[in-house]
Amino acid sequence: MRIGIPKEIFSGERRVATTPEVAEQLHKLGFTIAVEAGAGESANFSDDAYREAGAEIIQDTKSIWSASDIILKVRAPVTNSDLGVDETQLLHEGQTLISFIWPAQNKNLMDRLAAKKVNVLAMDSVPRISRAQKLDALSSMANIAGYRAVIEAAQHFGRFFTGQITAAGKIPPAKVMIIGAGVAGLSAIGTAKSLGAIVRAFDTRPEVKEQVESMNAEFLELDFKEEGSGVGGYAKVMSKEFIKAEMELFARQAMEVDIIITTALIPGKPAPELITESMVKTMQYGSVIVDMAAEQGGNCALTEAGKVVVKEGVTIIGYTDLPSRLPTQSSQLYATNIRHLLADMTPEKNGEITIDMEDEVIRGTTVIKAGEITWPPPAPKLSAAPPAKTVAEEKPRAVKEKKKPLLSPAASAVLTVLIGGLCFYGIGISAPSTFMQHFTVFVLACFVGYMVIWNVTPALHTPLMSVTNAISSIIVIGALIQVSTSNTLLAGIAAFGILITSINIFGGFAVTQRMLQMFRR
Amino acid sequence: MPVGLVTVSYIGSIILFILALGGLSNPETSRRGNAYGITGMTIAVLATVFGPQVDVYVIIIICMLIGGTIGFILALKVQMTQMPELVAILHSLVGMAAVLVGYVNFMDPHAAAQFSGAEKTIHDIEIYIGVLIGAVTFTGSVIAFGKLSGKIGGAPMLLPARHWLNLGLLIAAIWYGIQFVNASDIDSGMLPLMIMTGIAFAFGIHMVMAIGGADMPVVISMLNSYSGWAAAATGFMLSNDLLIVVGALVGSSGAILSYIMCRAMNRNFIAVIAGGFGTESAGTAGLTSDQGEVIAVDTEEVANLLLDAKEIMIIPGYGMAVAQAQHTVYEITKTLRDKGINVRFGIHPVAGRMPGHMNVLLAEAHVPYDIVFEMDEVNEDFPDVDVSVIIGANDIVNPSAQDDPNSPIAGMPVLECWKGKTTIVLKRSMATGYAGIQNPLFFKENTRMYFGDAKESLDAVLKIISA
Repeated sequence: MRIGIPKEIFSGERRVATTPEVAEQLHKLGFTIAVEAGAGESANFSDDAYREAGAEIIQDTKSIWSASDIILKVRAPVTNSDLGVDETQLLHEGQTLISFIWPAQNKNLMDRLAAKKVNVLAMDSVPRISRAQKLDALSSMANIAGYRAVIEAAQHFGRFFTGQITAAGKIPPAKVMIIGAGVAGLSAIGTAKSLGAIVRAFDTRPEVKEQVESMNAEFLELDFKEEGSGVGGYAKVMSKEFIKAEMELFARQAMEVDIIITTALIPGKPAPELITESMVKTMQYGSVIVDMAAEQGGNCALTEAGKVVVKEGVTIIGYTDLPSRLPTQSSQLYATNIRHLLADMTPEKNGEITIDMEDEVIRGTTVIKAGEITWPPPAPKLSAAPPAKTVAEEKPRAVKEKKKPLLSPAASAVLTVLIGGLCFYGIGISAPSTFMQHFTVFVLACFVGYMVIWNVTPALHTPLMSVTNAISSIIVIGALIQVSTSNTLLAGIAAFGILITSINIFGGFAVTQRMLQMFRR
Repeated sequence: MPVGLVTVSYIGSIILFILALGGLSNPETSRRGNAYGITGMTIAVLATVFGPQVDVYVIIIICMLIGGTIGFILALKVQMTQMPELVAILHSLVGMAAVLVGYVNFMDPHAAAQFSGAEKTIHDIEIYIGVLIGAVTFTGSVIAFGKLSGKIGGAPMLLPARHWLNLGLLIAAIWYGIQFVNASDIDSGMLPLMIMTGIAFAFGIHMVMAIGGADMPVVISMLNSYSGWAAAATGFMLSNDLLIVVGALVGSSGAILSYIMCRAMNRNFIAVIAGGFGTESAGTAGLTSDQGEVIAVDTEEVANLLLDAKEIMIIPGYGMAVAQAQHTVYEITKTLRDKGINVRFGIHPVAGRMPGHMNVLLAEAHVPYDIVFEMDEVNEDFPDVDVSVIIGANDIVNPSAQDDPNSPIAGMPVLECWKGKTTIVLKRSMATGYAGIQNPLFFKENTRMYFGDAKESLDAVLKIISA
């Protein structure tokens, strides 16, 4: 099948759906690739690089849309003002479009695509299950956005992030608060941390606490219990009381921190307002807020989507195209996500895709199949966080299974000594003196062995076994004495005993020597 | 040679044997230790042969020559991966010798004539116990050899009511013991002794058959211990202090090794000997839940991960021995170390089929012993490790030993490789380990699965990183 990659026409969009590297790998899957001239230019991929990767460069936009079986895009189709035609109109029946679609927000677009009788796979609808992680473009983009958010903040912040003691005086580290510890939030935490800032993070989902702390950031906690995990590992709307406690926390933090990065989003809802105007007023002059939810209305009351504004001395960054501001990186990750999707759809590696609606991942991603809207998909089978109920159930069971030992350690020690003493008493009272001499030797030898063996290094346990094996054939002495008997049968048995113990003596020592020779520094 | 001189020689060889074991505390002194052992054995044998009780030399020389030759050939031909088998079969010889010496001593009219009354009873008990332990050691070791060399299946053979069977065998052995001691002469004592020998043979077979492959470290060290006790019992029988001391040394050595192995698996010694694994605790905890997907990687990615790392920990298991991959592992180690990457080895006490098995394999491949570490030495370091490479190991790196109180291996000390940045697991397939439980490690986000035969996979990796 032929894959076409048109140039992105959305204003300010610098990403491209395929890089030369990925084009080469798609080629190996059996596809032929056509790229519109200049498609990768703003992401720093030249047409020549695509040509080298085996792709065809096509000048005419229309022919790229008409002659391809699969269209790969970043942004959902929009109107092409140069041609004066909507991109959906360039599609024809039987084609497959893979791009971001946002079906919930774009009902109109979905209807127009359905009318064209095409297949549409939405990269934003990939189910959130472990198997689909490698094609989760939202996570890839969120990761980049989180990184870029910190870089943007650093750009507008007048001080260092890291603390230093210099000859000219002490520089305190910047304090960064990150609200929402999803993929973007965690990425921002990591970036801010590596720049040297003091990082605090907040999230309504308690299970992310561990992740935040694993990145050496502080997790801000409310004195309030409510489970904030919704389906698929996303957050949900919280109760009034919770929100009140949360806002008090933010108000306290706003007075203290230099930089706030907000990433709070609830699927299908406008972004919750978390930073009010009065909080902005209490922030120090020169502070920075990066509102990563600007496109969905913003977490900060004063955010203006797509712009950087300064209000009350605080710089508020409302860029909605953070991934696109790192075009090379985001194109690479997005293209790789798409490659994984295509690889899953072409199990035969023959360049023919099949849309297998039995496959949970493909089913979830496919929003239109042959003109029929298949969105929303049935609920995902697995959630990222297990329901809390099972934890509560398991606990009492674990406690119950912990059996009490029959005796306390002290009692069992006393018992051991007692039994040992009785045994010795029994032996001492009944055994003849010749036996007692040997018994003394035996017990002392056991103790010597105990002391010596504990000193043996574990690395030499195998040589220890072979050497003890060799010296345990000291039993040969018994056979040596017996072989001098006049009884032929007994002498024969003893001779056989000498023979087999000799195997042991020579074999045991020789193999020990061989092993020990190998232990070299 | 007068008796006094013989005794002095025995004392000398006892000291040399103790020094031999003491030398093993360090690889530096271990070779000298082995030389002490050889000297001690030579002195003991020569003193006995030239002592007053021996006057037939030709047979002794012939037997020792034949046996010595066989022993040398075995020692020189054996592959290091087959060490457990060799040790097992050598144990069986000690057991057999104890049985033979016991029989001869019993049947020799001169030996029996020396004792009377309580001494006679004790002497009979000594013979009986010596033969009993020797016989159990013999068949147990033969079965262990069969299991280790793959001639007998590794899975535990669990007979119904096996504990009752064992108890029955024990009672029978005691009953025939009483018969034996009460027997008035050699002929009437012969039958109980032979029946008991048969029972002990059966017990040895049954005991080891019921124990599975990965419990072999315990079994081998236990048999090692038995062979020592058999020698000690023979020493009592012959009133020979040299045998008693050496037997006690070997016996306690094996017992300590068994204890160390059991502790490393967090298992009770009795439970191991009783056989089976997790038959009592519900082994279903890890099996049922679907743990998600693993992330498989190809050779190139593995090579890149290794080259990008600064700290690498290699954790070998029995799979490395099976695939004979230790030489390739060393080549990779050398290449990476030449590039300034700190490669170390972390060894779990029960990795492999006998105590210290992995150390010997790595030593064979010329891995310097100062980069090979015990579990306790490196377990704290994992947070700083960039890449852990698991080669053919499973249960010893299973996080459910710590996380899941219902797991059959709960509480077993494990190498905490998942605390490092990335873990690469080399495995032939997704099959479970010996304990038959799923390993959550494989499903962790920072774990990469690299499927294939360990040796072939590593050869491919080596080709890339040395290019």
